[in-house]
Amino acid sequence: MSAPAHAGPALGDPHGSPARRLVRRWWFSLAMGMSIAVVLAFLTLPVVAIFVNVSPGRLLSSLGGSQSLQALRLSLETSAIAVAAVVLVGTPGAYLLATRRFRGDALVLTLIELPLVLPPAVAGIGLLASLGPHGLLGGALAAAHIQLVLQTAGVVVALAFVSAPLYLRQAHAAFAAIEREHIEGALALGIRRPAVFLHVAVPIARPALLAGLALAWGRALGEFGATLMFAGSFQGITQTIPLAIYDEFSSDFPAALALSALLVVVSAAVLLTIKLLWTPSRPPI
Amino acid sequence: MTRPRALLAAGIACALATEFGACGSSKPQLRVSAAASLHQAFTRYGESFAPARTRFSFAGSDALAAQIEQGARPDVFASADKKLPAQLFVKRLVRRPVEFAVNKLVLAVPSGSPITRLAQIERPGTTVAAGTASVPIGAYTATVISRLAGAQRRALLANIRDREPDVTGIVGKLTEGAVDAGFVYATDVLATRGAVRAIELPPTLQPRVGYAVAVVRGSAHLSQALAFVAGLLRGPGRADLAASGFLPPARR
Repeated sequence: MSAPAHAGPALGDPHGSPARRLVRRWWFSLAMGMSIAVVLAFLTLPVVAIFVNVSPGRLLSSLGGSQSLQALRLSLETSAIAVAAVVLVGTPGAYLLATRRFRGDALVLTLIELPLVLPPAVAGIGLLASLGPHGLLGGALAAAHIQLVLQTAGVVVALAFVSAPLYLRQAHAAFAAIEREHIEGALALGIRRPAVFLHVAVPIARPALLAGLALAWGRALGEFGATLMFAGSFQGITQTIPLAIYDEFSSDFPAALALSALLVVVSAAVLLTIKLLWTPSRPPI
Repeated sequence: MTRPRALLAAGIACALATEFGACGSSKPQLRVSAAASLHQAFTRYGESFAPARTRFSFAGSDALAAQIEQGARPDVFASADKKLPAQLFVKRLVRRPVEFAVNKLVLAVPSGSPITRLAQIERPGTTVAAGTASVPIGAYTATVISRLAGAQRRALLANIRDREPDVTGIVGKLTEGAVDAGFVYATDVLATRGAVRAIELPPTLQPRVGYAVAVVRGSAHLSQALAFVAGLLRGPGRADLAASGFLPPARR
């Protein structure tokens, strides 16, 4: 701190000799290359290992078991319902939050994003404490004859809770990125607000909305902790694929591997399908 | 400016090193994989265990055994049954297991529940939580249910609506009122301090619930691991087990 600040060209000189610049650039590229290699190896190795250990035949035969098949069906159904609910209920809210300024809008966005950083166990406890039989709304739900714990509906609630923020923050960012002229131009032409939302904003934001949907769906398919704590685990009713995998892990490791491979295939298929869906139509700009 | 940073760096290095048992005190770190139901007793025992600092991993015994089969190497494995350690012993993954405690299976209900007898949970509409087939609490429950008469057995099985991977999950469902009843260990009910009430099972239905412990082969802290096991059998661990409600193992 006592030395005077560097004023001369000694540090960070951008005009060194061409050779030195080349070396510097080469090192930079090497560091970048190393970074992507390490990241790629780290992220793909576990997935590769699952498929190294599971032959395609084993993967197919794992589908034959009634437990796997029921878990797969339940996972697809509950995650589809949860994500559909999130999209239908959440999209207008994300649009409002992105296009109107009001006091506390940043706080609202932060609250919506909060479940992202909550551990699944906290999500499970929170759902029990709010919607469980002894929870804040437990009495009201019971009076309305709505039971969530130990029911498929409870799985949907848990999946929606953990996956919603992934979609909503993406939707918010997508709507916020729309240039105001598009909206204002449409309004100036006399198009009503609901029509502007449906026929201008949503089509422009569509690629990002679909990307958010894919992320949310993937998260819902993989949800474990909150589902177990809130909805429990029972074959055919609340046991989704991740719960079935954990069940098999302690009794039959190869079966757990096969089921994991199945979940990878299903999740990848969901991701790919959604990606293919959004490529044909480009945003009209 | 530099000194606080250096201190911080040293602190982080120390914290990291502690993870591998190398910083601060020279005591080695003993890793103990233990059945979820041993949480209270072992935590207390570990605090007073002098030869090593203990680090526990509590989960369903079957999951812990599966980890050992997949190459995990804790120093000690304590199971809620004798079967799992015996299987690992046959596979030469652990040293000879020894029984160190006995527990009891009970039917547990939330404290305010009107249920007082086993027969009441056979009524249609009652929800019951149990362990999965492979976790010891689930296996003991299966034994109890298999000893019931046919109609009773079917009625009870139809009411099991939740299969938890370990007993902690069943207790959680009970304290939250998510189920009407669940099969747990007597010690679990004591640990809830009144949130859950135990209903004793008839002696004819009660399975023998023996806990066995084994030193894992390849343990880098053999003497400490042996001391840990010895303390459970004859030392202070025995008192900690008794304080949590465990019974001593049957005399041979």
